[in-house]
Amino acid sequence: MSTSRRIEINPDWCKGCNICVAFCPKQVLALDERGKAYVANVDACIWCRECELRCPDFAVTVVVERAS
Amino acid sequence: MAVTDYLRKRFMPHIWCPGCGHGIIMRALLSAVEKLGLDKNDIVMASGIGCSARMLGYVDAHTMHTLHGRALAFATGVKMARPDLTVVVPMGDGDALAIGGNHFIHAARRNIDMTAIVMNNSTYGMTGGQYSPTTGCGEYGTTAPYGTVVQPFDTVELASAAGASFIARTTTYHAREMARILADAIRHPGFSVVEVLTQCPTYYGRKNAKGDAVEMMEGFRDCAVPVGPLDDSGHATVTIDPEAVDAPIPIGVFRKEVRAEYCDAYRRQVIEPAEAAAAASAAASAAAGGEQ
Repeated sequence: MSTSRRIEINPDWCKGCNICVAFCPKQVLALDERGKAYVANVDACIWCRECELRCPDFAVTVVVERAS
Repeated sequence: MAVTDYLRKRFMPHIWCPGCGHGIIMRALLSAVEKLGLDKNDIVMASGIGCSARMLGYVDAHTMHTLHGRALAFATGVKMARPDLTVVVPMGDGDALAIGGNHFIHAARRNIDMTAIVMNNSTYGMTGGQYSPTTGCGEYGTTAPYGTVVQPFDTVELASAAGASFIARTTTYHAREMARILADAIRHPGFSVVEVLTQCPTYYGRKNAKGDAVEMMEGFRDCAVPVGPLDDSGHATVTIDPEAVDAPIPIGVFRKEVRAEYCDAYRRQVIEPAEAAAAASAAASAAAGGEQ
């Protein structure tokens, strides 16, 4: 059984408030030159979903898929 | 179902300002609804006027955008007609405690089964940052350039005095806990009040030099003090060490007690006796008709 995990960011909904970046315990996320959130260091992610829960714009989704 | 399946995605992105905490509350509410496995067709939401009321544009349930402060009155009508539905009423602090103050205390007094979410950002954001009944004494608003003169309402104390049977307070920083509290509030058979402290960086934050959305949420994190566990009577003990935290905000579930619910009591005390009397009267007149 393998698990695939990723962080999806919807740039059309992101307003660049920086909440996901600031409250990530592992500095996984950052804002790009347009002020939109992007995944800067996915290897550090501990999949705690703090970004997803606090994103006011539903722009961050942590996807965990388990495939057998 | 995923949380976003409860959204009307065609209206996204929403109109709330960057960093506004209202979206975090909407997400926590939808997480609670998803966790409870509620069907969209069984959820009714009513809202008044203000930034908070805009939530109904985005939630794919039965939604009514009603009069300022009067959402609880509309919701009461729905609940009386269809007690089987889950009724949720998101309100702002001004909507709930100023314009709708009377509806709020009387809905609490009736203990009617619905969930009132007071999204408290300490200001009237939609109309430009006027001070509200929860703006702290001495804090600034566009209508308080020298600072407000009066004490704010304490939503928890007010709901408690008015008779709500489930009362909680949380903040947008505590998003995970908020979803858990909202699920608990929805399940509770009585009037549930959940006050959520939320940030308005655009007006309240700027007027009061509270920084951006992140700094305001850090303020919630640093000032929050959890209340004690509920005792046998369903009341929590609030113990705050004034030395430990500057301007502490007690958070958690303050009260959870099961009391007679309004629709239920009304059915037992009014509807059933009235129907029994009508049936007895019909039977008596049928019997009288038979004797003639």
